[in-house]
Amino acid sequence: MLVFLLRRLAGHAVLAVLAASLAYLLAAAALRPRAEFEDRSPRPPAAVVDAELDRLNLNDRTPLADRYRVWATGVLHGDFGRTWQGDPVNGELGRRLLVSLRLLTCGAVAGGVLGVLLGAWAAVSRHRATDRAITFGSYLLLAVPVFVLAVLLQIGASRVNDATGVRLFAWVGETGPGASGGAFGPLGGLGDRVRHLLLPSATIALAQLALFCRYQRGTMLDVLHADFVRTARAKGLRRRDALLRHGLRTALVPVATYFAYTSGLLLLGAMFTEKIFGWHGLGEWLIDSITRGDVNVVAAVDCLAAAAVLLAGLASDVLQGALDPRARAGAR
Amino acid sequence: MTPVLQVSGLHVDYAPDVRAVRGASFAVERGEVLGVVGESGSGKSALALAVLGLLPAGARVRGSVRLRGRELLGLPDAALSRVRGKDLAMVFQDPLSALTPVHQVGDQIAETIRVHAGATRRAARTRAVELLELVGVPDAARLARAYPHEFSGGMRQRVMIAMAIANDPLAIVADEPTTSLDATVQAQVLDVLRTAQQATGAAIVLITHDLGAVAGFADRVMVMYAGRAVETGPVGDVYRRPRMPYTIGLLGSLPRLDGAPVRALPADAAPAAEGCPFRTRCPVAVAACAVTEPAALPVAPSGQVAACLNLAATERPGAVYPVPEPVPAPDRPPRRARPPVLHVSGLVRHHPQYRGALYKRRVGAVHAVDGITLDVREGETLGLVGESGCGKTTALMEILRLAAPPGGRVSVLGRDTAALGRAGRKALRRDVQVVFQDPFASLDPRMRVAAILAEPLAIHRVPKDRTAARVRELLELVGLDAALAGRYPQQLSGGQRQRVGIARALALEPRLLLLDEPVAALDASVRAGVLALLRDLQNRLGVAYLFVSHDLAVVRSVADRVAVMYHGRIVEIGPAGAVYGTPAHPYTRALLGAVPVPDPGARQGRVTLPGGPPDPSAPPGGCRFRPRCPRHPGLDAGRARLCAELDPVLAEAGDDDHAAACHHLGAR
Repeated sequence: MLVFLLRRLAGHAVLAVLAASLAYLLAAAALRPRAEFEDRSPRPPAAVVDAELDRLNLNDRTPLADRYRVWATGVLHGDFGRTWQGDPVNGELGRRLLVSLRLLTCGAVAGGVLGVLLGAWAAVSRHRATDRAITFGSYLLLAVPVFVLAVLLQIGASRVNDATGVRLFAWVGETGPGASGGAFGPLGGLGDRVRHLLLPSATIALAQLALFCRYQRGTMLDVLHADFVRTARAKGLRRRDALLRHGLRTALVPVATYFAYTSGLLLLGAMFTEKIFGWHGLGEWLIDSITRGDVNVVAAVDCLAAAAVLLAGLASDVLQGALDPRARAGAR
Repeated sequence: MTPVLQVSGLHVDYAPDVRAVRGASFAVERGEVLGVVGESGSGKSALALAVLGLLPAGARVRGSVRLRGRELLGLPDAALSRVRGKDLAMVFQDPLSALTPVHQVGDQIAETIRVHAGATRRAARTRAVELLELVGVPDAARLARAYPHEFSGGMRQRVMIAMAIANDPLAIVADEPTTSLDATVQAQVLDVLRTAQQATGAAIVLITHDLGAVAGFADRVMVMYAGRAVETGPVGDVYRRPRMPYTIGLLGSLPRLDGAPVRALPADAAPAAEGCPFRTRCPVAVAACAVTEPAALPVAPSGQVAACLNLAATERPGAVYPVPEPVPAPDRPPRRARPPVLHVSGLVRHHPQYRGALYKRRVGAVHAVDGITLDVREGETLGLVGESGCGKTTALMEILRLAAPPGGRVSVLGRDTAALGRAGRKALRRDVQVVFQDPFASLDPRMRVAAILAEPLAIHRVPKDRTAARVRELLELVGLDAALAGRYPQQLSGGQRQRVGIARALALEPRLLLLDEPVAALDASVRAGVLALLRDLQNRLGVAYLFVSHDLAVVRSVADRVAVMYHGRIVEIGPAGAVYGTPAHPYTRALLGAVPVPDPGARQGRVTLPGGPPDPSAPPGGCRFRPRCPRHPGLDAGRARLCAELDPVLAEAGDDDHAAACHHLGAR
């Protein structure tokens, strides 16, 4: 198993290098950081702009190959260069990665688990009211764009806050000012964080949930009348137990691998949520950097995303191997 | 003695108005085996599921199912779950899909014990290993940790049986437990079921379409037609003196190893809605049959009952169905004077095996076909038989490729396939066509019959204005009504579909037809009709057949010559009469011995071949059949060494090119 994983990792590393390089080349060729510098008022002299751009390795008058060489050498030494303002990318990247992870972990896990359960439930009660309600709900969620969903949730939350008179929900940034200094001390700080986490997590979870619900319902329907579920019932298992232990367990295999891949992609896919809720995560950073023409940041975030997708692929292989003994045979 | 399992007046209706079972009644005693026989659609599977309370939602059940006097129908799922798997167990048909693919087999057996007995995980696992040993799984402690896909079909069915007997049930319902298994493995599985029954004393209800399997195993037999039991009685009486025309027809439809002609039961008519449902196919129907549905009446002192209004006509069962007129063999020159249509020499096909996910490396090869030589001459049928995995289908596919084989030579109509160009290969495809096993999967469900038959004509640029006439001609040729041209495959019965498959293959007037298990998926009566059609077509069109099948009785009824394959090699080849009459190779003898014969007396003295088909990636040294050979253990040391060291080649074993690959052809 370990050898298999290492081999996979090596193969994936090649892909990651390719993806990151292409991302850098595209960003460096398409984005125009010079415009940002020239727009400053008072307008700096051309020589100063050039010197500044050269220092940041952003000068579009340097040949692309040379810039790429400088960037790649830096990346190989673990240095993603500097942002447009001259700060190191590395520190900010790490900080924002943690922000994104805090936001996404709860949402993705909750969405995946709830989606699987709802989908399985819908499949089991196919053509009945429960199934119709779940199906309708998931289609509705799929049809609503994330930013509309987020705004709707904010409106709903503000109504709840008004009605109860307590600020149950908060939706700007990660923390409110002065919460940990309040009457409850650090506990209050934690509570404040949770309060800020609820809405954006729910946004992500709902979008995930709808997707997984549909997918799980499909795979579950395939096994609902499978012979092995019938065998399990012939052994004396109740319908519910047979469906859970034998049906859901088997139907989970394709969904689990799908879950791993979507989680990898989510790292950037949460950009709308981050923007709307004022979380300074990776998605938000990427959007802002593209508008500013901040080549090094764009390349660094893309590089991280490529690594995340490939790691997700690896995780999906491991999950598949763990869940499905038939997949293990070829891997040994 | 009170019956363990008593079913009376059982009705099963599927919505909206499909009446699957209409008043079935039977009783089984402790240690007794009841065989329930019928063709597909006779309601036998619905009966099995109804007894266990596992019918799909939407089915309605009436009547009574009593297990040791306790009524099971109408019990809530919770109460029924305490009975299922404990007192009443079931063995299902397809053991690959009936076992959960993601759980170890030991755990699946242990689960049965834990659900009912509340044993600890450890104790249940230990008991599971014991059960696996009981049903003859070698190295049970290790294999209990294996997953279903790592088992062969026969081994999986053993696991199913172990699961069924785990809680010492009072009764076991086995639904087609040996269908889809090789004859040799079938015999082993039935033996295991017998052992399991002796260990638990359970009553067994064996549901099957295979009259041969019932003959050697059941004490009593119940024949079902259109949801009703039409004849019931001790197995000896029913098989020797059947009184219901349907039973007589079923028994007569079975292809026989001695090559005697079958008396085909008319296959295609649907059961009548009123009166006797069988009257649409019955040769002795009288006017009253259209009005009254007959009740089962005693016909012998042994307790045999039959439901027929014209019992007088079935006094002599042999006279009910007309003996088919012997078809005069077309006047052809002797075999040696006819040109070969297909000549295969030293054909080899190995499938390389790879390991590793990203970087594959070759770790060996499956020796699917390992040097076979055969020829098929104009207007004759060569039957290719063997157990599953022996390479017979691979050989057929390799011929069908019409390309240079990895080893050896294939020549069709005198043309070496290795030398063919793209255009030549396409032209030759007109002359070589194929019919596949599964008529359900091999026809495109979105094409009408007319389009299916016209497609090969269009590909080979037959003028459009001749297509419609040719389609009608083809339908008539295979005995189908021209009105079926507008139907989709799913609107046809299995037999009709296979006839469409044959018509499609014949569309371009081929000289050689490759048939891959063409009747394996069909009921006995339908099968007899399709086989008769194939013989008739050969007589009229002079087309040669290469007929691949695992069923020796079927091959006997169509083949002029037979080749027996084992482990990628032909071990015996010769005229059908000689190979079946005086088989020279011990494997051929064992195969013939394993064929279930619909005669209750025939089971005595049968030798079952030990073990399953061998691992095709690791042929043993010397003679490949040696590990399973019944002749080998009785040989003296010197002659046994010959088997261990030297791979035998085909040697003359009789007249007319009868040859076998065994060092000890003279020995018995």
